[in-house]
Parts: sequence; C-alpha cells; structure tokens
Amino acid sequence: MKYRQHRLNNGLNILAECNPQAYTSAFGFFVRTGARDETSEISGVSHFLEHMVFKGTPNRSAAQVNLELDEMGSSSNARTGEESTIYHAAVLPEFQGQIVELLSDIMRPSLRIDDFETEKQVIIEEIKMYDDQPPYGGYERVMSEFFGKHPLGQSVLGTVDSVSGLTPESMMSYFEERYSPSNICFAGAGKIDFDQLVEDLDKHCGQWTPFSPGRSTQAADYRTGFVSMHKPNSHQQYILQMAAGPSSTQEIRFATAVLCSIIGDDSGSRLYWEFLDSGLAESAGMGGYDYQGSGAIMSFICCSPDQAQENLGRLAKLQQNIRNEGITQKELDLAKRKIASHIVLASERTNSRMFSIGAQWLSEESFKTVAEIAAIYESVTLDQIHEALETFPLDQNMTVTVGPCEDLVAPQ
Amino acid sequence: MEQQIFHHTYENGITLVAQPMPWLESAAFSIAVPAGCQYDALPQRGIANFVCEMVQRGCGELNSREFIEALESLGVDYSSSASLYNTNFGGAMQAAQLHDALRVYADVLQRPSFPEDQLEDGRSVCFQEIAALKDDLAQRALQKLRTNFYGSIEGRNCEGTHETVQSITLSDIRNFYDQHYRPNGLIIACAGKLDFDLLQTHVGELFQDWQSKPDPFVPTAPSTHGAEHIEHESEQTHIAIAYPGVPYSHEDYYLNRGAIGVLSGGMSSRLFTEVREKRGLCYTVFASCHTLKDKGAVLCYSGTTNERAQETLDVIIEELQKMALGIKEDELRRLKVQIKSGMVMQQESCRGRAGSIAGDWFHLGRVRTLDEVNEKINQLTVESINEYLAANPPQSFDIVTLGPQPLEFEANEISATQA
Repeated sequence: MKYRQHRLNNGLNILAECNPQAYTSAFGFFVRTGARDETSEISGVSHFLEHMVFKGTPNRSAAQVNLELDEMGSSSNARTGEESTIYHAAVLPEFQGQIVELLSDIMRPSLRIDDFETEKQVIIEEIKMYDDQPPYGGYERVMSEFFGKHPLGQSVLGTVDSVSGLTPESMMSYFEERYSPSNICFAGAGKIDFDQLVEDLDKHCGQWTPFSPGRSTQAADYRTGFVSMHKPNSHQQYILQMAAGPSSTQEIRFATAVLCSIIGDDSGSRLYWEFLDSGLAESAGMGGYDYQGSGAIMSFICCSPDQAQENLGRLAKLQQNIRNEGITQKELDLAKRKIASHIVLASERTNSRMFSIGAQWLSEESFKTVAEIAAIYESVTLDQIHEALETFPLDQNMTVTVGPCEDLVAPQ
Repeated sequence: MEQQIFHHTYENGITLVAQPMPWLESAAFSIAVPAGCQYDALPQRGIANFVCEMVQRGCGELNSREFIEALESLGVDYSSSASLYNTNFGGAMQAAQLHDALRVYADVLQRPSFPEDQLEDGRSVCFQEIAALKDDLAQRALQKLRTNFYGSIEGRNCEGTHETVQSITLSDIRNFYDQHYRPNGLIIACAGKLDFDLLQTHVGELFQDWQSKPDPFVPTAPSTHGAEHIEHESEQTHIAIAYPGVPYSHEDYYLNRGAIGVLSGGMSSRLFTEVREKRGLCYTVFASCHTLKDKGAVLCYSGTTNERAQETLDVIIEELQKMALGIKEDELRRLKVQIKSGMVMQQESCRGRAGSIAGDWFHLGRVRTLDEVNEKINQLTVESINEYLAANPPQSFDIVTLGPQPLEFEANEISATQA
C-alpha cells in the first residue's frame, strides 16, 4: 500500500492509494462546488450540471459516454451535495487508461441544447420522486431553517421553477466560475499505475485553464425553533432535528463522531434502546454533517403519528439526561470497538478508500491512512466526548416535523 | 483469482459452506434457517418475522441487552430478516471474532429464552416494520405486484398485517420456533479470512446436540394475475410490471439473465436509453430477474409524473415486447464485461460473498464458482439468447400502478386473470 500525490502545473491535484494486491481500481473527480456556491436564480445548477457532464463533449455524444462506461464494465455514478460534486467509476485495473481518459473528457461537457432540455425533464422527475418519498422535503426544510440565510441552507436539487429557468448559458457560466483545475482533485485507490496516471491526466487535463473560484466559509449563525409541515397522506410522522456540530476541519469532529455513534448508531446506542428496541419508533438515529466552516448534528425519528408528541418529549429528555449525566466509559469502549470494525470493513473496498481520499482533500485536510484514522478514533477519551457534548448542546436545535400531525408542539 | 469453496454437512443436516478470502482482514457469516414466512398460518401472518425478532431478545445466558452488547463488543455489524423460505441472520466483523460471533448465534438459534417482558416491545417493532412499508410507494406497488404474480403465499411480504401480528401470543411464538427452527436444511455460509478445518470443528461443537425435526408442510395459493390500480394522491405514478422468467436453478437462467442485462444492465441498456435518456420520462427505470426456488419472474419498475405516466408505460411495454426480436452482438459484448467485472468487485466484500454462497447453496445445493459462472457467461451467444427470447417472448404482463389515475393498456398485453 503506497500513498502517492502529484500536482499538475494548472493546479489539478492527483492523490492515490496504490495497492498492487487489489483486484479493482476506483477513480473519481472531486470538485469543490455544490449548492452553497449557487445564487437563488440558479438554484439546482450544480446538480443539473452533474447530470449534464454525462451528456457528452465535443468528442463524444451522450450515448457514446454511456456505451463506453458499459464497455469497460464500470460501476460509475456521480453525486452532488451542499459543497461537493463527485464523479466516480470503479473498473478492473486493465481499464485504467480508458476510464481516466473518459472521465477527463466528460469533465469538459458541451451542454448541447437538446440534451439539456431532455435532461431537465429527468431532473424534474427526480424532484417529484423525492416529493413522494419520506421525509417529503423535510431534510431541505430543516437545512434551510437551521442555516437560515447562510449558503449551506440552499437546496441541492432546487425547485421545479428554478430548474425550469436554467439555460445552457447560465450553466456554462457557473461551470466557468467553479470547475477550475485548482478546485478539483482526482482521487484513486486500488491497483493503480501512478506514474501512468499522472502522465495521462497531464495529457488530458493539463490544458485546463486555472482560475480562483471563491467560497465564503464564514461560520453559520445557526437558528433554533420548531416547524411543523403538514403532509396528510403520509402514514408516519418524521422528525428531523439539527443542532450545531463541528466543521470538517475541527479536531473535535472525531470525538463528535464517536459521540454520535454512542447516542445515535442504529444498534446499541441511546436512541436504539429508547426508541428502536422498544418499538416506539420505526427508525431513529443521529449523525454528523460537517462542512467547511460550519457543521451540524442531525437527529431523526420516524414513528406513528400518535406517538410523535411523546417521542419528541422522550428525545428532549434523553438529550437532557446525557447533558446532565454524561456518557460512560463502557459506552465509549463499545462505540470504539464498533467503529474500529467498520473501518476495517470499509477499508477493504477500493471504492470506499477512493471516497475517503477525495473527501479528505475536499475538506482541505492532510491525508490520513486507514491506520492513522483508526488510531485517532482509538485515542478518543471520555473527556473529549464530554467536551463535544458541552460545545454542541443538542437541546439547542431546529426541529422540523413532517406528517399527518397538525398540532405537534415543541416539548417543554 | 483463485476461489476455493469448502463445504461440510453435519449429521443433523446443517451445512457449513465457506470461501476463504485470505486477502481480507475481515470475515462474515450468513445463516439461513429454514423457517421463512411461507409457513405463516393465514391468521398469524407475520409470525416468522416476529419470531426472528424474539429469538434476539434473550438467548442462552444473555438477556436482550447483553445479547446486543455481546455483538457490539465483538464489533459485529449484524442484521436479521425473515424471507419467504428462510429466516436470515448475518454479520460482518474483523476476522478474529468470527468464532465468537457464531457462538452467540448458536444461542440465538438453539436456546432462545422468549422472555415474556420482551413480547410487547417485540410486537411494537413488528408494527413499525408494517408501517414502514406504507410510505414507500415504489415498494408498495412492487409488493402488490409480487402478490398478484406469485399468489398470496409465495408473493407475500413477511411483515403480515397489524391485525394478524396483534393476535400472536407468546405460545404461538414458541410453537412456531419449536416446529420450524431446525438444523436440517439450515445453511451457515462464511466468507473472509478463515481456516475451514478450524471452522468446521467449531461449528460442529456449537450445533452438534441439535436434533433434526420433520420438515413442516408448505401450503400453496393460486396467483391472481392481471392489472390493478391503487389510487393514491402522489406526485408520481409508480408503475410495476411482471412477466414469467426462470428460477436461478434453471438451465436457461443465464440466457434470461443475459436478456435482462441488455434490457436494463447499465447506462447504455435499452430501458435506460429509451425511457430516460431519449425521452426524459423518469429518473428511475429498471428490470430485474427475481427468483423463487422453482419459478422466476422479471420485475420492472418506473416512477414518473402523472401526466407522463401513460407514455412511460407504453414505452416500457414496447421495449419489453421488442425483446422478442432479439439482441445484438455489441449489446452482448458489453453485458459480458459488466457481469465479469461485477463478479470481481464482489470479491472485495466478505459480506457479499457470504450472502451469495448461502443463496447458491439454498437454490442449487452447491456453489457456482467464479470459473463456472465465467464459463457460462462466455458461452452466451446472441443466437442462444435470441432463441430463448423467441421461445419465451416477454408477454402476459401483470401490472400494478399506484397514483392518482389508472393507466390504459391493450387487453392482449395483460395476463389473464385466473378465477
């Protein structure tokens, strides 16, 4: 296992974990751009652009891109979030050269008008699909309520109106403001010929013109409150709650992640024993959302409408108890054991290693190996856990509930 | 890539089947207990699932909480579920803990204590699982489709209904356990960094005292083919379509699998191209092979806004019918690479392998090795697939739609409703 790194003259970063024993290779372009970099007029453009990247270049039609991805037997996809857009593919090692060329090419898309209008319909279908799926816009709502006017409160998908209003020209000008090679990292993991990789990327991407995309990473001014969204034809009630959390570079994020596991893992956690073992809820959990400059801890519960008000009270009481009485050493030890095991299992998949490397670059961290990450989690102390609890009080939160209940109130 | 599969069947009928994956640091198990929801009596639908919940609420020396803590202290990422034929327990962990994890499950399977004070909590969890299905509109359409296609037993969901689960008593649960949890026909599949000889001895010691039991009677129920609409005020209309396929054990399985791969295997597949890429009708569209032990189906799904649902359905039906005309050489070439590449990628996950060798053993009584599957894939030709498609053209569709308005179709497209 060897970690390799190179920077092209135009600023494109190349990072890879090369493992000659691996059976596959995974690659991805990680672009530091997402919903937080949009204005309201172009809301949803990052995600729409992610789709358009697969729609062809001056060298390839949309159909050709799909054909070639399949011809390599690649497992490929893309995703867009609040602050990143990722294009990735896993292949057998023999396809390294071909997949790198293809991924590089599609990163300079044509945005042809016919493809643009057809794909716009797909995006609108995607928005409608999520409208039918729990928690029915609850996530977007809790983000926008919690972050307020801060850019992290902006929706990734956008709305039918905002997406309908987008044009190839507005998308291209967004592209030209964001897709600078200096704002992009190419990450790889698995059986990789690194020297060849650098040579190929230099050939395919070396001529991309660099510029300096900005991004405000000012800390958000989090808001608290209680919002009820009425969704009469939902069977279950959904509760989403956001409290302040660490940003993606704060050292305390590791202790906070362990804390989230202790309180909200899907097995053996405080929420598990309170809500899941007892059957008081269909699902319950807690997890961290860390971004540049800001972060959140989100708790969620899905339960039957008639239990929702009591469950809100139980959640508040549980948070209060944790704040008053803290966490036990035994809980910490079990959580660490579990995390260590998850790290080993995840590290065996080249795809997940590639994501880990790319994600570390996105948050401007220095690279950490699997062993280093495992050691950090192993070293978390009870004092650090309690410091995280003090720093990020869970009871100061924004709560959004969605479902058939009309009269839910914040617990006293 | 070398692949070795070992197996051993003990005197009481348990089969241990394992694949050493020495390149990993982890190991996983997948246990299939022949106690699936096909055995649920009609008034007690959901009981296999309820028993699955209850055996994990106290076993051997462990109470409910100690059981979870035992797994957590071993770092086991565990899961359980009831399915039609089996109740499944699975776990993945660091390799050194595999033997200890299996020791915990030896208690789950042989020595559940069924504490009375856990019954109502367990029942509530089952109620939650029933409720969870109701907000998943795609699953609701597909579930109804499976019930129509396979009939009310083979096409059932394991969760049962609120009423049936409400009526189940602790003694019903004990009885179901006593009759159905048995070593004969039970499969323990393991994959990862393991030593088969040591594992065989260990599993033998853990389960050797368990006596085999007679196999219970399996009831059957007829299908109710045809078209059905479920009215729901939703943004999209959810379209689910089924037609006859072949089971995993059938000699034509890979011919059908190949055809469905062309239809829906990748980004250049026919459904993705025609429905999504060319017309922008949907975000999700797929077709997949579904298998029972002795029969199979092809299941298709798409979700699309209500105004465009009719066109989506029409295009899907047209593409399905067009399959009878055959596939092309370049489509098969791409498909072969995809299948092979997918098989190699599966070798990175002991969890995936444990599940898949358990499935192979259940359906075939043996495990298809990579080499064997490779050979079957290599043998696929355009001619052989097209011959299969000409003899078995996609037709007689069962259709379930869920949305505000029913859709229209030609009568001859629909499977005849059976009395």
